[in-house]
Amino acid sequence: MSGPLPTAIHRLSAAGCDCGPDLHQEHGQRAVFCGLTSIVWLHRKIQDAFFLVVGSRTCAHLIQSAAGVMIFAEPRFATAVLQDRDLAGMADCNDELDRVVAQVIARRPEIRTLFLVSSCPSEVIKLDLGTAARRLGERYRGRVRVAAYSGSGIETTFTQGEDSCLKGLVNELPAATAAQRSLLIVGALPDIVEDQFQRLFDELGIGPVHFLPGRSSADLPAVGAGTRYLLAQPFLSDTARALDKRGARALDAPFPLGAEGTAAWLAAAAQAWDIPKARFDAVIAAPQARARRALAHHRERLSGKRISFLPDSQLELPLARFLHRECGMRLLEVGTPYLDRHTAAAELALLPTGVRVTEGQDLDRQLDRIRADRPDLTVCGLGIANPLEAEGLRTKWSIELTFTPIQGFDQAGDLAGLFTRPLDREQRLRF
Amino acid sequence: MELTFWTYEGPPHVGAIRVAASMRDVHMVLHAPQGDTYADLLFTMIERHGQRPPVSYTTFQARDLGQDTAALVMRALREAAERFRPKLMLVGDSCTAELLQDQPGSLARGAQLPMPVIPLELSAYSRKENWGASEAFYHLVRGLLGGRAAAPDGQRPPRGHGERPSVNLLGPSALGFRCRDDVIEIRRLLADVGVDVRVTAPLGASPEDLLRIPDADANVCLYPEVARTACGWLQRTFGQPTISTVPIGVGATCDFLREVGEATGVDVSHAVDAARSRLPWYSRSVDATYLTGKRVFIFADATHAVAAARIARDELGFDVVGLGTYSRELARDVRRAAQAYGVEPLITDDYLEVERHIAELQPELVLGTQMERHIAKRLGIGCAVISTPAHVQDYPARYSPQAGFEGANVIFDSWVHPLMMGLEEHLLTMFRDDFEFNDDRLPSHLAAHDAQGLRPAANESLADPDTAAPGWESAAEQELKKVPFFVRGKARRNTEKFALERGVDMISVETLYEAKAHYGR
Ligand code: SF4
Repeated sequence: MSGPLPTAIHRLSAAGCDCGPDLHQEHGQRAVFCGLTSIVWLHRKIQDAFFLVVGSRTCAHLIQSAAGVMIFAEPRFATAVLQDRDLAGMADCNDELDRVVAQVIARRPEIRTLFLVSSCPSEVIKLDLGTAARRLGERYRGRVRVAAYSGSGIETTFTQGEDSCLKGLVNELPAATAAQRSLLIVGALPDIVEDQFQRLFDELGIGPVHFLPGRSSADLPAVGAGTRYLLAQPFLSDTARALDKRGARALDAPFPLGAEGTAAWLAAAAQAWDIPKARFDAVIAAPQARARRALAHHRERLSGKRISFLPDSQLELPLARFLHRECGMRLLEVGTPYLDRHTAAAELALLPTGVRVTEGQDLDRQLDRIRADRPDLTVCGLGIANPLEAEGLRTKWSIELTFTPIQGFDQAGDLAGLFTRPLDREQRLRF
Repeated sequence: MELTFWTYEGPPHVGAIRVAASMRDVHMVLHAPQGDTYADLLFTMIERHGQRPPVSYTTFQARDLGQDTAALVMRALREAAERFRPKLMLVGDSCTAELLQDQPGSLARGAQLPMPVIPLELSAYSRKENWGASEAFYHLVRGLLGGRAAAPDGQRPPRGHGERPSVNLLGPSALGFRCRDDVIEIRRLLADVGVDVRVTAPLGASPEDLLRIPDADANVCLYPEVARTACGWLQRTFGQPTISTVPIGVGATCDFLREVGEATGVDVSHAVDAARSRLPWYSRSVDATYLTGKRVFIFADATHAVAAARIARDELGFDVVGLGTYSRELARDVRRAAQAYGVEPLITDDYLEVERHIAELQPELVLGTQMERHIAKRLGIGCAVISTPAHVQDYPARYSPQAGFEGANVIFDSWVHPLMMGLEEHLLTMFRDDFEFNDDRLPSHLAAHDAQGLRPAANESLADPDTAAPGWESAAEQELKKVPFFVRGKARRNTEKFALERGVDMISVETLYEAKAHYGR
């Protein structure tokens, strides 16, 4: 490995031994999109919400470009682009915002929730969208709920935008009494996955189960000391802390990727609900067996192949765990933009001893390591994939993982398939 | 504040990156937060560049703000200079950094880097992408050539004896519309009349190449959005005339050649007379009769809008019913053209306003950007894309210039195609009672790109009256609807086949997933 080595800051040890992954931190140029990116999937999940970014043309361009295919159906997101006159104080930003919000609501009267999303420029000029949301919430009371959160690149990386959004939602959830037991699944999941999980919980006899975010703004489950929550996505640290503050208790589990991850994730809930083991095994037997069957032939292709992750979606740890343990891949380096040791504990415990886990980023040095290692597959951001392909390396771009159904038993094969496809293509192409 | 749903142009720093990414041996340090690194994908995904654009981003975070963000700039500058060893460094701010006022330009000048530094002021809150590209290119040219002694009287000395006539091609850039092929086409055209191309810039040029710009007889301003400011300065400073007709369309290409002739003293009459394009004859052939008087709406950058209007009216016999642009800097050109065609110019960057105009005018063909393509699709109107904002489809694998005589051929094909498809659609409607056609099918030219067009076919089931096809429980049917439409048909057929083979006569959600697992292997 070339370049000055970053400092090893911590070696995780579960039992005081020198096992577990090898954790490093790195500082330098980052290549991760900002939290605004998460609007691309959040607006599809919460179908009666509108996301208004208060920012610059850059912000508008980012969302449009990250959406990749320009989807020109009337979008449920837009940007209030700050102009010179707003910055020079010639226009009052709050008046301007009120005017733009009125425009949005007039155009989209069916909207039930309006998210005001702050950006780097709005945060640097200290435009307080929280206060603005309260003011506008008053004005549109009974018609539109107005909430604010940060999607800025100085505060959030791309999946943290969802964390920031959900954290805000948690604070608005109604209170439940300690006697009201319920399970809360936290993190945007594709509808099809959500429904699969709901069916499994029903069969297990676990309930009531709520999902956050729900499909409509009306889905605001009550939360309190009787609430147990399971994170469905690994990037929701702040949301988890907000839930803790509301008295809810976390169920610690790996994330529901792969057959093993999904089983362990469901088991955490089953345990909290005192579901007999025999029943649990009976319920998950068929789907788990399906997942294993689906994985078997992917495992053949992936086994022994070497993979590196550049930091991007924060899904890197659970993906690495899944690809290593269920598909037999060899992990070279697992980069992640942030590592929350608390929410990642169960994943870290399942990673092989000595694997290099890097938190943060120094892009050029990381690329140097990739070029030296020449992994069979590199998981990276959208901007870097083609250049690596052009250097003869096979890649999988990570943003796809945030809007493809990959969680749960019946997607385990599809998830592995996302990684076999680039290798399959490599084998087919002759020129 | 301005409510923006979709934007035709990115911010000015993206324009500057386009210039840097067009050139060799140039690097740019951009003071910007991490999210702004999305700019990489514009080049690597949309234009399929095999390399990251030559940009180092400082990627400052909130926790850096209280401290010294200027130190981050210095670090990025030193590391970029060391690692990439460019011959020239561009330095600029993105929108957020502009607010911090770290002045990365002056920092870079004070950093004693071993290469010339050109600072850019990019006015993120009042300007946009093309302006940013134009500024970056102008400052590069001026920064490198500013020290050169200009002709005192603004007159150019006559070309040396035995020296071949030559021009520069200025304006083509990364993420431009068909720039890659236009450059090849114009070089061929000029070679035909015996005029050399000295420098093409920014696309493919190095800083040294820019130093040779004053050696040519004239500058071809191939893409005014990027090069007009620089061409104006070169004209004032070195007395180099600007050839300003953009050679898109047969008529414009002939005018362009005449201008080249005038500026270089070369006889171009044979090339003009030959006008080697098939467009004029194709437009006169009987097959093209149905093109006559088609009502066309045009909205694009100024360069392509003005060129398209001329081709539409004079070379295809269309009626231009609307003409507009999002390029405010060049709005005057479009206003002038609109006047000539007797229509109200539409100068806006609000695509909703463009949509309103199209809906009102009900044209038979829209010539626009990817945004207008979507508008037209929604309204059921044929559309051809003639300008940026760039989309991966605008970088075809095949040679497909817009400029020159071959460009005119390409334009004939690509504009007439959606109309032909429209005609086919008309025939389909005529024969709709025929067994092969059914009312549910969408127009074929829309279906080609439109996901929805696939839907009827995607839902086709195995079920036909002769086989005892299994039934679907309603929960399973609901579940199937959640499968993405483009694989739904396959999922339905596979599940039914799976159920048939196993003698299952009612398909449950469980069956659906058993089948999925079965075929997934
Ligand atoms: S990083 Fe900041 S300025 Fe850039 S797009 Fe994201 S929020 Fe906007």
